[in-house]
Amino acid sequence: MAIRSFFLFILFFSSSLSPVFSLYEDQVGLMDWHQQYIGKVKQAVFSSQRAGRKRVVVSTEENVIASLDLRHGEIFWRHLLGADDVIDGIDIGLGKYVITLSSGGSILRSWNLPDGQMVWESSLQGPKHSKSFLLVPTNLKFDKDNVLVVFSNGRLHAISCIDGEVLWKKDFEAESFEVQQVIQPPGSDLIYVVGFAASYQFEMYQINAKNGELLKHESASFSSGFSGEVSLVSTETVVALDSTGSILLTISFQDGKISSQQTPISNLVEESLGPAVIIPSSVSGIFAIKTDAVTVFIRVIGEGKLEVVEKTTHEIAVSDALSISEDQEAFALIQHASSEIHLTVKLAHDWDGNLLKESVKMDRQRGLVHKVFINNYIRTDRSYGFRVLIVMEDHSLLLLQQGEIVWSREDGLASIIDVTTSELPVERNGVSVAKVEHNLFEWLKGHMLKLKGTLMLASPEDMAAIQSMRLKSSEKSKMTRDHNGFRKLLIVLTRAGKLFALHTGDGRIVWSHLLRSLHKSEACQSPIGLNLYQWQVPHHHAMDENPSVLVVSRCGPSSDAPGVLSFVDTYTGKELSSLSLDHAVVQVIPLPYTDSTEQRLHLLINADKHAHLYPKTSEALSIFKREFLNIYWYSVEDQNGIIKGHALKCKCTGEVADEFCFDTRDLWSVVFPSESEKIVATVTRKLNEVVHTQAKVVADQDVMYKYISRNLLFVATVAPKGSGEIGSVTPEESWLVAYLIDTVTGRILHRVTHHGLQGPVHAVFSENWVVYHYFNLRAHRYEMSVIEIYDQSRADNKDVWKLVLGKHNLTSPISLFSRPEVITKSQSYFFTHSLKAIAVTSTAKGITSKQLLLGTIGDQVLALDKRFLDPRRTVNPTQAEKEEGIIPLTDSLPIIPQSYVTHALRVEGLRGIITVPAKLESTTLVFAHGVDLFFTQLAPSRTYDSLTEDFSYALLLITIVALVAAIFVTWRLSERKELQEKWR
Amino acid sequence: MKWVKVIVSFILTLSFLSFPSCAFQSDELLVDDEEFGLEGAPQHRSPEPIPTRSPPVTSPTRKRHSDLDSDSKIQFSLDHAFGDSDFSPAGTFSARLKTWSHGGQFCQTLTKLRFSRNSFSDVEKEKFKNLLESDDFYRIRLPSNVLSPPGRDFIISSVKARCLPRESLDEHFVIHMEGVNVLAVNYGSPGSCPYPRNLKLPAKWSFSSHTVLKNSEQAPRAPVFTEEILGGENAEGEVVQPAERSFWAKYWMYLIPLGLIVMNAITQAMNMPEEQATGQVPAQGQPSAGAVQRGPSSAVRRR
Repeated sequence: MAIRSFFLFILFFSSSLSPVFSLYEDQVGLMDWHQQYIGKVKQAVFSSQRAGRKRVVVSTEENVIASLDLRHGEIFWRHLLGADDVIDGIDIGLGKYVITLSSGGSILRSWNLPDGQMVWESSLQGPKHSKSFLLVPTNLKFDKDNVLVVFSNGRLHAISCIDGEVLWKKDFEAESFEVQQVIQPPGSDLIYVVGFAASYQFEMYQINAKNGELLKHESASFSSGFSGEVSLVSTETVVALDSTGSILLTISFQDGKISSQQTPISNLVEESLGPAVIIPSSVSGIFAIKTDAVTVFIRVIGEGKLEVVEKTTHEIAVSDALSISEDQEAFALIQHASSEIHLTVKLAHDWDGNLLKESVKMDRQRGLVHKVFINNYIRTDRSYGFRVLIVMEDHSLLLLQQGEIVWSREDGLASIIDVTTSELPVERNGVSVAKVEHNLFEWLKGHMLKLKGTLMLASPEDMAAIQSMRLKSSEKSKMTRDHNGFRKLLIVLTRAGKLFALHTGDGRIVWSHLLRSLHKSEACQSPIGLNLYQWQVPHHHAMDENPSVLVVSRCGPSSDAPGVLSFVDTYTGKELSSLSLDHAVVQVIPLPYTDSTEQRLHLLINADKHAHLYPKTSEALSIFKREFLNIYWYSVEDQNGIIKGHALKCKCTGEVADEFCFDTRDLWSVVFPSESEKIVATVTRKLNEVVHTQAKVVADQDVMYKYISRNLLFVATVAPKGSGEIGSVTPEESWLVAYLIDTVTGRILHRVTHHGLQGPVHAVFSENWVVYHYFNLRAHRYEMSVIEIYDQSRADNKDVWKLVLGKHNLTSPISLFSRPEVITKSQSYFFTHSLKAIAVTSTAKGITSKQLLLGTIGDQVLALDKRFLDPRRTVNPTQAEKEEGIIPLTDSLPIIPQSYVTHALRVEGLRGIITVPAKLESTTLVFAHGVDLFFTQLAPSRTYDSLTEDFSYALLLITIVALVAAIFVTWRLSERKELQEKWR
Repeated sequence: MKWVKVIVSFILTLSFLSFPSCAFQSDELLVDDEEFGLEGAPQHRSPEPIPTRSPPVTSPTRKRHSDLDSDSKIQFSLDHAFGDSDFSPAGTFSARLKTWSHGGQFCQTLTKLRFSRNSFSDVEKEKFKNLLESDDFYRIRLPSNVLSPPGRDFIISSVKARCLPRESLDEHFVIHMEGVNVLAVNYGSPGSCPYPRNLKLPAKWSFSSHTVLKNSEQAPRAPVFTEEILGGENAEGEVVQPAERSFWAKYWMYLIPLGLIVMNAITQAMNMPEEQATGQVPAQGQPSAGAVQRGPSSAVRRR
């Protein structure tokens, strides 16, 4: 007995000491992939350096500044600024510094262009909030030092380009003054600041660029007022629209004198157009206005005279001006035509002549062109060539040159909203090989190459070919289902409304689809994708039916805007159908029932608390009716601090007869006192989580029963004062209350108050435990707590005889209306990092031990064994407890460097971690997304159910052969010996 | 006239100070509170209707103490509804409101909760029977603030009506409080309510109510260890620990072979006297017993 227990002890001990997850350097990239993105480009500046590699510096809506290789689109360097550090403007100064203005114009930074190191940072304060402008005049010098002109927060600054020192500043404190443009005419020492005051007065300030002295201040009032932006048509002329959007105001301020001219749009364009807006652009002499239907280009001739040069109904995008010589400016214009886009590059003063006219085939799934950036280069024949960088509706970035797409980046993947997975098609006989090797000749050629490779005769090109062939035919990137369930499709919905299918093997995009239902239309002005749900997962008809996903979206930002459903086939990416709903979608509840075609039933709750059943079939309705009384759900009103439980009542009354609409009723409510508690986190178990066993055998041969209920909700509330930033309150006036609430009856099963704690709270719920992370104000450290909940009503089923004779209540159905007999255990530990996300591994059968996946502040994913968060840990565990694998209690959780799942990589801007079980019990698939994507496989208890990759099959074979040979030899020997014996 | 003013202002300040409930309560009083709640919990009510009061009753009659700690009586009503019907009064909770100052703040908690349940009228009995037949919900509600009912919203709780009837109608309230605010109420039968809920009419149409008042528990602070223990917790420390194992655990690998050898030797020693006793002493000096037996037999066959 003692020996056995000692063995067990040794076993547990060795497993607890060995690093839980680690891999060798050459294993990186075998099972994991990492993709880097930057997000939708807001602004792009081309590096004008003659020598060195061509690059473009971009700023994006994900607050990334990046330097991209202009030849291939690769990232040279990239910086992710914080979520609240929005980039307002970028430019290049002195040809070697990237200047960025961010945080509403209050932070100015300079980065070294070749390597992205920060050179300096200065913070700019000002009297009031305003628009911000960043100007890098090329010829404005101040003691041999180039000067940056920044207007932000109502103050004009001149800043040294070399060290970021403020040379002078000038306040514009007039209460109602709204700056519209800051102009620095090249070749002069003047700066013009123009803007509106009190919405009907035009103000112009002329400032000496050398010292910030105010030279002139003129103003003129316009009774009709202004609307929208102004367009700069020359260094001393702006065009604005009046408040009705129907009259154009041409305002020139030459030599400090304001003169203006009013031109009704109807004079220029015959038909009435409705209110117009000015498209911001900086092409001199030309501006564009846009109404609902048409875009009109207007040229300014001399003294405020306007002339229409082109009118188009196509979707159009215009670039800023690019000066190509002393007095010539070019700009790019992109027009859509069915499946092509037309790129024209024109000179600013010559509308009819084109410098360049190209047509490029464009994938319809990329949508419209949103932005154009133009750059020129010198061709081999010494003439000017142009290339343009375009940003599409799906947030992708493309470089066009010589009528071709040189490279493209799928930067929509930087803003993922929701992720779900789908199985791949089942492998059919005779399909797989034919797809990989096209014909016999290629097959032979491939084998010849491989033979060459093994005989070390291959040239470097051959080696490359072999490598690519290996990658192509390698198991992991096949388009069929595998035995272990490692190959899947990750279906991701991006903020642009595009759906991507990524292959888990290598992360390539299998298909992408810009949802029609998420396209701007007349019925739906600003559609927003919300969530993805698995709509149909065929098991019985897996051979002939494709799975599909449901995309829930709504028209507009408010929660009572009507919803839109679309159904997408996950194998082909085709949108099967889409439904525009007449009701809003506040909550989507996937029900645990499927109909005969294996479509999952979904209940959609609208703003008036009516429940709508989908799919709208009679079969679904009959299934639903059967389970009508067993459907409960809850809703959380964060703002009010109220959680309510609901059930179905009857068919909708009052409205048009709709069989699929149901009234609901409130069953319970929990009202948190608004003066002392504010909801900061609510977490439930994952719907598809599998729990292997309910019983937990503890040290002294005792059994504890986990309280496993799908209807448990973890709620964390903090003091309203303490919901701000960390450190904004004292420990005395800050607390955190954790609740476990049953969502069917509204019972509070557990409630505990932690004093002196503060959010943000990150929590994860699995099986019978919940782990939450928060900040401890007293200890000045982050902390993690665990709560485990056990069922006491089954606790007396310990007697073996009872179990044998069947006198136990383990198989009796559980009703949540019974009074629960539960006990909870909890413990807290210090933890070094602050978190961005938290998740837990999930496996197919739930046998494998769990690991917590922590998205740290450093954008890495750390795996932490759940055994470290076991409330039964004590300082000196008994021998029996040690055998069970209980780790001695420590006050802080260890961070083992080898257990970083992301090893050396970073998932910039980490937002979420998703775990998906593979078919192989030991393994779980992990997908982390943010601005970057990262995918890997994890085996929390090692791959105990399969042989590892480095298993030596040869050794096994040799051993077997040797053993068989030995058997024969000894057999012969013994026979011979026996014969000799007999003859003796 | 002057002293009236003084008293009015005193009462005003008292009421003003006592309203904001603060979350921190000392441990000592919490225990006290729990005890009172439990003490007042099991109350078997007589079937006679207790004189009903108008539903939102709050009559805090404060006694003044010199140290500002005060007790006052407070009442709040319980409403019920049958299925989806409207709520109607069903009973009254009465409790003592304890006010005390804690570090400059005034805290209020309820103690000694008592509950008086109105018995069902005939109409209500009929309604309840209907509920039992249709296996529908019996719903109750409480104000979310006992001082100014209903507070922000009512606290609703419901249970399948078939869970309540036993001998009488058994019900169990767990009221979760935070100062004078009611957070939630767990309402249901005091025991289990097994799933195939059978239709069973109660023998007695009276309620036997159990009430428990619960306040939040304090979480234990995270343990802070001293340096020595910290040193002992890392991987190295865990390796060192096995040194304290028993003698047997440490040397079993030597002891087992030793034991086997000893056992082997003993059996051999046992065999030897046996053989000598049988008297079959072979002519050759035999090395082992097996060879002894084999030798002669083969010799016999060879002959």
